[in-house]
Amino acid sequence: MSSEGEHVVSMTDVEVHFETDSGIFSRDSDVVQAVDGVTLDVEAEDVVALVGESGCGKTTLGKTAIGVQRPTSGSVTYKGQDIWEARDIGGNADIPFDEIRRALQIIHQDPGASLNPNKTVMHTLNVPLRMTNPGMDAFDRRERVHEMLSRVGMEPPEDYANRFPHQLSGGEKQRVALIRALLMNPDLILADEAVSALDVSLRIDMMDLMLELQDQFDTSYLFVSHNLSNASYITGKADGRIGVMYLGELVEVGPIDEVLENPQHPYTKVLMWAAPNLDPDADAQTRSPLRKIDIPDPRNPPTGCRFHTRCPEAREVCKQRPPVTEMDDEGDHRVMCYRALDEHEYWDSPEIEDEADDMPR
Amino acid sequence: MQAQTTRKFGVADPIFEVRNASITFDMDRGESRVMDSVDIDIERGEILGVVGESGSGKSMFASALLDAVVDPGVLTGDITFYPESGEEINLLNKSEREIKQIRWEQIAMVFQGAMSSFNPTMTIGAHFRETLDVHGFDVEEGMEHAEDLLAQLYLEADQIFDSYPHELSGGMQQRSLLALSLVLEPEVLVMDEPTAALDLLMQRSIIELIREIGRERDLTIVFITHDLPLVANLADRLGVLYAFEFVEVGPAYEVLTDSKHPYTRALLNSTPNLDTPREEMKPIEGKSPDPVNVPAGCSYHPRCPLADETCIQMDPEFSTGNGDDDHQAKCHYIDRTRAEIPLNLTEVTHDE
Repeated sequence: MSSEGEHVVSMTDVEVHFETDSGIFSRDSDVVQAVDGVTLDVEAEDVVALVGESGCGKTTLGKTAIGVQRPTSGSVTYKGQDIWEARDIGGNADIPFDEIRRALQIIHQDPGASLNPNKTVMHTLNVPLRMTNPGMDAFDRRERVHEMLSRVGMEPPEDYANRFPHQLSGGEKQRVALIRALLMNPDLILADEAVSALDVSLRIDMMDLMLELQDQFDTSYLFVSHNLSNASYITGKADGRIGVMYLGELVEVGPIDEVLENPQHPYTKVLMWAAPNLDPDADAQTRSPLRKIDIPDPRNPPTGCRFHTRCPEAREVCKQRPPVTEMDDEGDHRVMCYRALDEHEYWDSPEIEDEADDMPR
Repeated sequence: MQAQTTRKFGVADPIFEVRNASITFDMDRGESRVMDSVDIDIERGEILGVVGESGSGKSMFASALLDAVVDPGVLTGDITFYPESGEEINLLNKSEREIKQIRWEQIAMVFQGAMSSFNPTMTIGAHFRETLDVHGFDVEEGMEHAEDLLAQLYLEADQIFDSYPHELSGGMQQRSLLALSLVLEPEVLVMDEPTAALDLLMQRSIIELIREIGRERDLTIVFITHDLPLVANLADRLGVLYAFEFVEVGPAYEVLTDSKHPYTRALLNSTPNLDTPREEMKPIEGKSPDPVNVPAGCSYHPRCPLADETCIQMDPEFSTGNGDDDHQAKCHYIDRTRAEIPLNLTEVTHDE
């Protein structure tokens, strides 16, 4: 565990379970373990990316980190204060819940849906300013909004301030959502697929802007994406970390370059395969390394290692017992796979024989 | 009909011949030209990747190939379809009824968001039966074919046929739709952002399946996307759209490693990619043009580092530079782009 720097958010053994009704006539309900036993810290001015497939729990974990999703078990703290304790005991907490909620913000994938279509940009951006600076007068607020719009390249700001969301492009809406979040002076922003809806050529611009404003506002980002290329760009530029999630578990986490240069978990390697490569000379493996294309039903995750049904390296022992998280010597690169161990019965275990209905090869 | 000598981009056996195709919409602000005099040939059996950003007219190109431009859009020009056997078909001269028959049976389509293509109250199996029935195919035989297709897409037919669309994951829906579009054994498959709503791993898996299926069935595939890296390793040829027209067309490998148009080079340099040094990626300056007000001359000139007075005055024609006929770009300074806009990824070294 790193002791340096103050943790903005610290999650320990977090589990989030959802109950789903399996049918109208059925009395029993299924439990989905959206997040299962995740421990992750976000420090001040940190950039952490969470990657994985749809339904791997990355967004749920992100929402848990910013205190909008209550964990079923485990703890989430903001600067040492347990977030849900603060909420439950009200005013007696060291850091009140309202203060925590202000400090932890979110920008969504679809900025169109998160901006009020009936309000101008000026109106939308005035709201956080009123909350964080109650003493600020209308003139100063307008100046501040104009300054921010110019800062993100929306020129002339007087024009943009009077527009409604439908008069903005996707990239411009996302910038407004980013400014709105930043004006709350947050310590952490959850950016949930914040650039995925943008054209490929606009993504770098948006991520660069996020990083520039990070310096100005001293905030951290938790960047959730299914796209490893985007996640590696933003974390790479900020010297951040990446966490790889699979069926609710954090299967590998570490400094971005370390993970990309030395991926330990077979699933991380699969995600790297899926990241399209522009270089046609690159030694491209075209065949999917996965043994099965579809992710298993999260209501009924596989026993043992959850990835064993699709893993190209799975052996019998992976079916039987789930691996525990292994750490490297510095403690900053963690992985949940037997292959990270030089000596383990895995290496003598026979490979899994697929049943006939598995992917034909 | 067009004489052989006018074929475009070195295409030998075209399945589609698009000439001077334009789509216009009348709007309050003026005429909106969302496809501008497009000329292109599509080679039988190839995978043509069509790349363009939001508002470049790429979906309009898909609609044009199916003569499915929505009202009040007006499609003009010539679009000729050359089926494997039988007479050439001028798509724009056909009645609505004739077009409906050609669609799906000969030219099938898959669009983004499978959910909106399925009827939520019908099982997937019922969709297959209905499609086969309406087009006068033998339903039992067709269903067997459907099972093979589904198996090839790693889906279990029994389970899929009994499911309603909402019971399937996005990836399963999209693969079911792909199977449905192929069940009538069309010659051409037009795909408009077919994987955009899916996560990257599923997108990549589907791309590999499309490649296999296309090869096996001698399909001609037109794959339209904003995501250049996604088609980079799939397509045989790439066409790059900018401001409602193609600005570069060529073999995929050459377009990626030796792009001739400044926009293509800027697009490649702005694309997040694991292998590109992060410091070298840079966004494209400026904005894509408004369809009502496309810049005069070369439409890319306001954003182009090479632009000068010529570019402002004159719209460039397609040219090869000093290369082969099959790789062309619309740029006045086609011979200077390589030296003046270096690509982030290593350039191919040409033996001089």
